[in-house]
Amino acid sequence: MSAPTMPAARAASAIDRRFADLRAANRRALVAYVTAGHPDPERSVALLQGLEAAGADVIELGVPFSEPLADGPVIQHSSQVALEHGVDLDGALALLSRARPTVPVVLFSYLNPLMAAGHGVLQRAADAGASGVLVTDLPVGADPEREAWMGGGPLDFVRLVAPTTPPARMAEIARHGSGFVYLISRLGVTGEQDALSATLPETVARLRAATTLPICVGFGISRPDQAAAVARIADGVVVGSALVRAADESVDRALALARDLRSAIDDA
Amino acid sequence: MTTPDTSGAAAVAPAATSDRFGPFGGRYVPETLIPALDALEAEYDAALRDPSFQRDLDDMLRHYVGRPSILSEAPRLSAMVGAPVWLKREDLNHTGAHKINNTVGQVLLARRMGKRRIIAETGAGQHGVATATVCARFGLQCVVFMGEEDIRRQALNVWRMRLMGATVMPVTSGTRTLKDATSEAIRDWVTNVEDSHYIIGSVVGPAPYPRMVREFQAAIGREARAQMLERTGRLPKTVVACVGGGSNAMGIFAGFVDDAEVELVGVEAAGEGLESGRHSASLTLGTPGVLHGSLSYLLQDAKGQVINAHSISAGLDYPGVGPEHAHLKQSKRAEYVSITDDEALRGFALLSRAEGIIPALETSHAIAWVEKSRGRWAKDEPVLICLSGRGDKDVAQVSEMGALPDVGPLPEYPA
Repeated sequence: MSAPTMPAARAASAIDRRFADLRAANRRALVAYVTAGHPDPERSVALLQGLEAAGADVIELGVPFSEPLADGPVIQHSSQVALEHGVDLDGALALLSRARPTVPVVLFSYLNPLMAAGHGVLQRAADAGASGVLVTDLPVGADPEREAWMGGGPLDFVRLVAPTTPPARMAEIARHGSGFVYLISRLGVTGEQDALSATLPETVARLRAATTLPICVGFGISRPDQAAAVARIADGVVVGSALVRAADESVDRALALARDLRSAIDDA
Repeated sequence: MTTPDTSGAAAVAPAATSDRFGPFGGRYVPETLIPALDALEAEYDAALRDPSFQRDLDDMLRHYVGRPSILSEAPRLSAMVGAPVWLKREDLNHTGAHKINNTVGQVLLARRMGKRRIIAETGAGQHGVATATVCARFGLQCVVFMGEEDIRRQALNVWRMRLMGATVMPVTSGTRTLKDATSEAIRDWVTNVEDSHYIIGSVVGPAPYPRMVREFQAAIGREARAQMLERTGRLPKTVVACVGGGSNAMGIFAGFVDDAEVELVGVEAAGEGLESGRHSASLTLGTPGVLHGSLSYLLQDAKGQVINAHSISAGLDYPGVGPEHAHLKQSKRAEYVSITDDEALRGFALLSRAEGIIPALETSHAIAWVEKSRGRWAKDEPVLICLSGRGDKDVAQVSEMGALPDVGPLPEYPA
């Protein structure tokens, strides 16, 4: 699968290959979010290493930031815990480099730590084993120079679409992204919720009409039944807060949840 | 503090566009908010061109807020400084600070947009009180986010907000101050964007807020310029205002920014001292970064993590600053200085004793800087201070600290 705005010569990325394989097998992706350094650096490595066997196809690795304003209480707290363990962007890359998960990894970050790290950070991330980057506070058109920086390096630039995004802008967003498109399932910050938005299938359909990139849906999906419902309409399901909350208890708890999510997605 | 490595693409600031001040400003927010910001910007620009909006705004400012605010001479302070000192009296506005100018404008906008629920953040509580007030006036639901630490420091203002029907939401994350209250307000807005308008209290946040809030506060500068010309026959030599987020400063600067001969001075909080690490001097010691939706100066470490701010004044206790201030600093149109907690306390006592005006602790920083800078002005060079708010809200906090600062001998009232 080609990424529309990337140079024509660009080879398929690890993320592209993973989604092509999934598509060939008629399977949907489990995208597992974990915060780097949470609940502590050792267990964070264990989590990263255990997630593939537990059924994750892609890992989103949260870069701890002091002001995570797109995140709800669970991920906010995990970010704070990680920072207390001294894990920031550099620490996240070091953990990734140690863990070397075999599934593609997308860095989930805010812009400020990336800016502070400077231009070379995307290559350093690639060297540490990352395949993509997602920047929660860098929407399309906000800062063309820094967007070009994110999209012009060695990583896929995963862009976000919100329920409020008008259809014309959906196409614009997809054109400026690669790897997959991350569809936010509801208004609000990250976190668990009881019921999926009733309008989600329509939003997925509108986005489907606007792009050929795989569509992964996240924010508010925590239970296996919800993951199954999303797997019936999208290419991938992102689960974050529920895994982070389980990881607060133990790595085994988080991996058990990932396995449950995996079976639910496969049975959908 | 070390300077982050901003080499390569990260150091290149984006070109100036309509939503920026030089390279600063912009819209660094979650995608969910982009359509709301587009709608707000369109509504704001339409309102600017709509005579009926301007009429409603003018009416509210005159007959509810009490504008124009007066300009007072400060004779005994002038004698101490050796130059005529003038005070633009935003403390005399309804609710006691400049904050009401902006909330009136934004609530009128929210009504145009059909939004019935208002969200705000507050530090010292003045913006929260102003928002609760205007919401009560128009019968709108009002939710104010406030850090637990500030709730403790500003109990009186919390009570005032609740009295007027607002819900005060305590924020327990991070430092439990204005920075965290702002993050929580943004989280609420992302969740309730369809029926809620977020009234940002300063010239910070994503575009169009910094420009819009400055414009709603520019009444301060326009009035002050005309009043200075009328009363003194000349423009001030220097215009001084305290800077946290920087809305009172942008408001008064806006009246003089095109007068190249007028010096603009913003006074930040040096807290326990610039070298102590416990301060809020983001323009003096910060570096460019992104917080709460815009690119501006920011207190941050070398890894881009935001450093906690500190000030005796809850209203200045914020690690960021409005992006237009960043531009005025970089272009050298304005000068930014800082004043410690102790110096601000002296300013608080000094204006109270010398002029019978109890200033807000925020404003006390500007008073203290002017007094400390005596000798800088010739005796015919007027100094204009934006008296951004009154100090009633701070009296309990200062009295708990014990003895009042000794301001020393004061000059006689001029003959």
